[in-house]
Amino acid sequence: MLDVHIRLTLQSPERSFAVDAAFRSDAHRTALLGPSGSGKSTVLQAMAGLLPGVQGQVRVDGQTLLDSARGIDLPARARGVGFVFQDYALFPHLTVHENLCFGVQRLGRAPDPEATARVEALMAQFDIEALRRAYPRHLSGGQRQRVALARALATAPRLLLLDEPLSALDTALRIRLRAELAQMLARVQVPTLLVTHDPQDVEALAQSVVRLDAGRVVAG
Amino acid sequence: MLTPLWLTLKVALLATLFAGATGVALGWWMARRRFPGHAVVDAVLVLPMVLPPTVLGYYLIVLVGRNGVIGQWLDRWFGITLLFTWEGAVLAAAVVSLPLIYKAARAAFEETDHRFAQAARTLGAGEWEVFLRISLPLALRGIGAGLALTFARAMGEFGATLMIAGNLPGRTQTLSVAVYAAVQAGDDRLALTLTLVISAVCIVLLVLANRLLQARH
Repeated sequence: MLDVHIRLTLQSPERSFAVDAAFRSDAHRTALLGPSGSGKSTVLQAMAGLLPGVQGQVRVDGQTLLDSARGIDLPARARGVGFVFQDYALFPHLTVHENLCFGVQRLGRAPDPEATARVEALMAQFDIEALRRAYPRHLSGGQRQRVALARALATAPRLLLLDEPLSALDTALRIRLRAELAQMLARVQVPTLLVTHDPQDVEALAQSVVRLDAGRVVAG
Repeated sequence: MLTPLWLTLKVALLATLFAGATGVALGWWMARRRFPGHAVVDAVLVLPMVLPPTVLGYYLIVLVGRNGVIGQWLDRWFGITLLFTWEGAVLAAAVVSLPLIYKAARAAFEETDHRFAQAARTLGAGEWEVFLRISLPLALRGIGAGLALTFARAMGEFGATLMIAGNLPGRTQTLSVAVYAAVQAGDDRLALTLTLVISAVCIVLLVLANRLLQARH
């Protein structure tokens, strides 16, 4: 159960852009659909705690991550939100296995056996065991997507956010990876919110849709 | 000839260490933060690169000399004197070469995609962890190249060193100062040998710096 209200104003020398978007969703997988520049990626980043100066509230299954009226604003590291970036942002200096372990091994602390086991299970589930020692630059687009998804899930997040997971791809690959992503997400137990500009993504990947235009939620 | 060489290497190494730690920290800070006066702070940090070495040496004498603000304090609490000591040469070389590592580190941090840091935060990393596990390793090649240049610059430092540490053979006479002394004394042979040694070391360092920078792409 997702209860979100994001208010913020992005200021740049060229323009000022106001986002005021409120939505709720009980679906397991929700899509945030809108044209480019509608503020959907901004909403996603604000939910993850990656932007300063955000007002409003973010509640996931009764847990409050942000409530500016009550002075609650958890930092990104404490929100327990898995984030899959638009072009995946896999750490280029770390292997696939090290990328997955990044979130479960804190500096100077012994690894948690439960989390280590979770990483191994995810490597098997997403069929990336053979890539364990490979670096991101050697992976194909589909492999990168699987690694990024597995990395985001390795910390056992309470919410999974995907920012335009298919937008960087050409049409043929897009169709193939969309089907692959749909299969993978179907097996993910974590509530998921994904941002896209493509209605076909919504149809294939989500059960519920929130439409965004010019920073506001619109009906229809 | 060996004494000035070892002294030079010791001074340059320590200067690189101090300038490196300070320059990387400042480069990271200046790459991440924007505040009023940012451009002025940047200019001050690059100043040692453009100021005449004598002016820089004079600044340092005023600051760390026996009657200087920092010099008095160092003398009273730690019994440390920097004028006419090899430690003073380290200070001079560190200050003069600081802009090189500062600029290299700042550029390396600015080139690093900030989404990697954001990804690390969503995975539970605090700011120190982001720095140590993401920003620093990703900037390492640029910083390494900067350190090679810093070391080369520290080895060749002359003007400020002469003003702070003087020209005491065996104690503060580094290679570049020794070349000057040899020429003044008419010992062309020694001057030539020292010149070749310092040129060779600097060429090796420049090649190394270029390798590091190219390997990044």
